[in-house]
Amino acid sequence: MTRTAQWLYAWLLLLPAMALLVLFTHYPAVATFWQSFMSTPKGSRASVFVGADNYEQLVTDEVFWQSLSNNFWYALGTIPTSIVIAILMAIWVNERIAGRGLLRLAYFTPTILPMIAVANIWLFFYTPEYGLLEQVLGAFGAGSHNWLGSKSTALGALMVVTVWKEAGFFMIFYLAALQSMSPHLAEAAAIEGASRWYFFRRVTFPLLMPTTLFVLVNAVINAFRLVDHIFVMTRGGPDNATALLLYYIYDVGFRFWDTAYAAALTVALLTILGLLALAQFLFLERRVHYQ
Amino acid sequence: MSTMVYAPRGATRALETAGAWLLGLLWVLPLLYAFWTAFHPAEFSTRFVLSAPLTLENLERAWAAAPFARYFLNTVILVTMVLAAQLVLVTLAAYAFARFDFPGRNVLFALVLVQLMIMPDVLIVENYRTMTVLGLKDTILAIGLPYMASAFGIFLLRQTFKTVPRELDDAARVEGCTPLQVLWKVYVPLARPTYLAYALVSVSYHWNNFLWPLIITNSVKSRPVTVGLQVFSATDQGLDWSIITAATLLTTAPLLIAFLLFQRQFVQSFMRAGIK
Repeated sequence: MTRTAQWLYAWLLLLPAMALLVLFTHYPAVATFWQSFMSTPKGSRASVFVGADNYEQLVTDEVFWQSLSNNFWYALGTIPTSIVIAILMAIWVNERIAGRGLLRLAYFTPTILPMIAVANIWLFFYTPEYGLLEQVLGAFGAGSHNWLGSKSTALGALMVVTVWKEAGFFMIFYLAALQSMSPHLAEAAAIEGASRWYFFRRVTFPLLMPTTLFVLVNAVINAFRLVDHIFVMTRGGPDNATALLLYYIYDVGFRFWDTAYAAALTVALLTILGLLALAQFLFLERRVHYQ
Repeated sequence: MSTMVYAPRGATRALETAGAWLLGLLWVLPLLYAFWTAFHPAEFSTRFVLSAPLTLENLERAWAAAPFARYFLNTVILVTMVLAAQLVLVTLAAYAFARFDFPGRNVLFALVLVQLMIMPDVLIVENYRTMTVLGLKDTILAIGLPYMASAFGIFLLRQTFKTVPRELDDAARVEGCTPLQVLWKVYVPLARPTYLAYALVSVSYHWNNFLWPLIITNSVKSRPVTVGLQVFSATDQGLDWSIITAATLLTTAPLLIAFLLFQRQFVQSFMRAGIK
């Protein structure tokens, strides 16, 4: 094949995938930006250019700031916990613990179930008076508490579900990393007299760093992307205490049909994801590789 | 296999085994609880006595209360359609990125990677508008379309294709194969484990997907099971928990059974997909 023929061939191979990517990823990302400067069409009034109006609304919108801070606490509350539990799970399953096949199954099962379905189960779990949690706490003499209905505990209750759902998923990646580690490292460290904790802290954990980065990026994206359980468990309430950013976008865009404002909110979300990508690219990537 | 020098011994070992099992128990507890509720009469849904009679009535009533058969059919059509389209598109694109030199390769690859961060899940407002313009609202095709060109799949398969020895490629070309024939006869067979891994990840992702299908569908004819379950449990407030839990288990049963049967493949596939 001549060079030009080869170019043409490659472009043709890429064409179908690129066309769909442009249509459903690049175009909507750009269009969101454009739409955020327009007004929402109402009845016979068409959409018009309104400049930064939507952003002025956004800056003064308390629910937006609340959903942003909810999302921040949600990420902070779920990600480190999931990672610690995932590492613990991986270490246990990697050792010759009795029944580790069953354990791996138990840890991993929540991962493959739909969030919407497990949210139903957890909703019942948290139900005041009847739920399992109430029954167990009641047996210890604790009073009844509406976990999902009170502002102080609702977000925490959702975080528990997320950690439960994600830890087993992250465990898999740590398990893969642990299994690829050379046993000679441990032997050498043992000869030098390193304690088990010292070995973990100075050898295992640093070697798991690329995995941790991968998991971290995934976990952060998920914290902004996965809001299914909110639909079942709290619908953003009570009093917006559990409204995460994407859930709020859904509320504005598809319950109040204010698409222009929803576009401005989406731009905020895209900016966060973009900064994240940049951060990952700029410094994390080069600091974690030991090889 | 060398001896594991840091494997815990004695009391530490017992303590850790107990910890691991406690965590495992905690992890399956919500599921066991769901099974208990679904298979016992409503009055036993929170009373854990061994003498409680088993029943299939909850499952029967849940099945009869909503068109779950149709929802299942929709989901099966959805995941099959998405996977089939993904496999074709992703294979062609990955092949181009892995083995062709052409102007704009790096820029185009970067444009593909954008989707890893900005997934269709967050572009709901604009994609809804696009589907309205295309007249595809409330169809199964509309649920699947935004996911068919998968950046994750292109990336994963490109990595695999790059490990194929050039000599095999050259040999096939000497035999007179066209590039597409080389792809089909050399690359695709060698990438089979990657395909399996990708397929399992894709199927479970789209079986479980909820937000976009909720937005773009509006009727029984296109709703997948996740949305069907939500509509069912949100509107029928009069239903008791046993029925809702039964419906929940019903909708997850196929995936759960498949997972229990092919546990090893599932775990290995997720691993492979993660570490590329």
